[in-house]
Amino acid sequence: MDFRIFVSPVPTGETTYLGWLLIGLRNTIALSLAAWVLALALGTVLGILRTVPGRGLRALAGAYVEIFRNVPLLAQLFIWYFVIPEIVPGGQRFKQIDPFVQQFLASAACLGLFTAARVCEQVRAGIESLSHGQKNAGLALGFTLPQTYRYVLLPMAARLIVPTLTSETLNVFKNSAVCSTIGLLELTAQGRQLVDYTAHAYESFLAVTVLYLVVNAAIQLLMRAVESRARVPGYLGSRK
Amino acid sequence: MISVRDVYKSYGDVEVLAACSMEVRKGEVIVVCGPSGSGKSTLIKCINGLEPFERGQIVVDGVEVGKRGTNLSKLRARVGMVFQQFELFPHMKVIDNLTIAQVKVLGRGREEARRKALALLDRVGLREHADKHPGQLSGGQQQRVAIARSLALDPVCMLFDEPTSALDPEMINEVLDVMVALARDGMTMVVVTHEMGFARKVASRVVFMDQGRIVEEAPTAEFFAQPRTDRARQFLSKVLHH
Amino acid sequence: MYEFDWSSIPGALPFLWQGMKVSLGITAVAVAVGIAWGTVLAVMRLSPARPVSLFAAAYVSVFRSVPLVMVLLWFFLIVPSLLRDVLGLSHATDLRLTSAMVAFALFEAAYYSEIMRAGIQSVSKGQRSAALALGMTPWQAMWYVVLPQAFRNMVPLLLTQAIILFQDTSLVYVSALADFFGAAYKVGDRDGRLAEMLLFAGAVYFVLCSAASWAVRLLRRRVLA
Repeated sequence: MDFRIFVSPVPTGETTYLGWLLIGLRNTIALSLAAWVLALALGTVLGILRTVPGRGLRALAGAYVEIFRNVPLLAQLFIWYFVIPEIVPGGQRFKQIDPFVQQFLASAACLGLFTAARVCEQVRAGIESLSHGQKNAGLALGFTLPQTYRYVLLPMAARLIVPTLTSETLNVFKNSAVCSTIGLLELTAQGRQLVDYTAHAYESFLAVTVLYLVVNAAIQLLMRAVESRARVPGYLGSRK
Repeated sequence: MISVRDVYKSYGDVEVLAACSMEVRKGEVIVVCGPSGSGKSTLIKCINGLEPFERGQIVVDGVEVGKRGTNLSKLRARVGMVFQQFELFPHMKVIDNLTIAQVKVLGRGREEARRKALALLDRVGLREHADKHPGQLSGGQQQRVAIARSLALDPVCMLFDEPTSALDPEMINEVLDVMVALARDGMTMVVVTHEMGFARKVASRVVFMDQGRIVEEAPTAEFFAQPRTDRARQFLSKVLHH
Repeated sequence: MYEFDWSSIPGALPFLWQGMKVSLGITAVAVAVGIAWGTVLAVMRLSPARPVSLFAAAYVSVFRSVPLVMVLLWFFLIVPSLLRDVLGLSHATDLRLTSAMVAFALFEAAYYSEIMRAGIQSVSKGQRSAALALGMTPWQAMWYVVLPQAFRNMVPLLLTQAIILFQDTSLVYVSALADFFGAAYKVGDRDGRLAEMLLFAGAVYFVLCSAASWAVRLLRRRVLA
């Protein structure tokens, strides 16, 4: 195995092959962060909607989850990239902008909305795991329902679901690789480029694997720090 | 039959058994009692090797438990054990609970195992429940099945780890009756229990443990009438209020 | 506004069905092998022998840290030529389907192993003690007492993972293997009706997967409650 390929310059000369991989890594991280922010925001709202008294709202959020969980991510991505621009107003203009931006936006939207469905279920589970007593205690103090959510339910639920959110963060990073199929030059796509240009398949894939493992480890460390700060003293599973 | 000599056991830094020694002769019924955390369950689990121990020697029917190279599975097939939580296998019918070890451990034929199982269920009064699943039986019935399950292997002695502690009061007697009958038939038994009525009826000796040590050991009548140590006396006065 | 023209679909159905058979085939093999190998990994993970449990932990860790797409590409680009060299097959043999099945099975086993590990740990320790007390060897205790219960406890999760696996088979797109999704894309691309075919494919997946999820929920309530 010849690892010198990583420091050889690419045909167009502007960087080394390793540099290509790092560009891919950068794009992966950017995409994942964008999608994750969208997913958290939307997913939290949906998760709350799944627990409110209004049946219509619950059903609406439930339908969202059903749709986005029962269609493969790849199909959703292709629909975002190939179908949506055809049918929404302004779609034609979308097709004119820089291809990278098109791919990035479609990927971020797709991954964000897909993950939001999963976040929704986790937020819902977190809220539902709090006993009814908590909600009643809030209401009994004179809080309105929105206030009860804001001051009583959501702060606790947020802390409870930090572990599941950790695995969700990792999932977002892994799922970003699917976006290589529409041409987005994220890490997996760059790996494939490397194989095509250098014919050193083993080294290329080893490097890509190592990078994913590193990102994974970094996220786990980060989330562990978040987890320990979010821990509620005396509550189940936390140190006193 | 069972010889425990100077046994010590620790979980990490915590010493759970210290200098435990006792002898059980064939046909004897020993009751082990004491407050929670005294180590009685741990001691009994050391006897059939379910729990390892650091120092000391335990010999059961000539086999040294704790020696490297001892075939523990073979030994355990000859030593019956009944658990506080019954631990019947929920995914098998009652009859299968009784036959599986006979077939897989002792190598008996299916027909022979089945006949023996039905005879034992008869003996504990539960024959009509043979094809039910454990979840369909009451606690007392499950424990009686558990006793039958151990008896199916023709053990030389039986160990009981608080067999009635998880039962509702009205079911305790049906299990104790089975155990009394077993004792009267001459089975060597070591029973960890709080049921002092049972002890008085059939126990040869009572062993009292506290904080991992055997504090007092005496023939039954003597133990109840004239406990020698203060701790034993304290314990008896609290327990005998029932 | 885009003019929808669904006329491509009826004629393409036989071709799409071929693709669906590939999807279902990969799912079936990957689920069967994945659960078997995953259970072995779970037992290895819980083994007292350090090298064994470390290997299993490392395996599970690595396969759960990398994207499935990457594993599929790895199997598509590297493994066939490796296998041909090792087994001496001719270059004409189409190993794509086999590579895909192997890739999925090895990948999903890591996920199934975590499910089974949780399942094994959910069986009370007393059950193992009781089995050992009856004279069973640790292997016998695992096989006759612990694993059957672990499996039963985990059936809903095992099935849900299978549904996810079915959706993931669409990713064989990256190896140009024609599963249901790949077939739909090919037809759409060829006929210039990509949007319709993609929406149709999405709808089919939606119907199949929601029905399957609903069935699992029903199973959970009726049989396993």
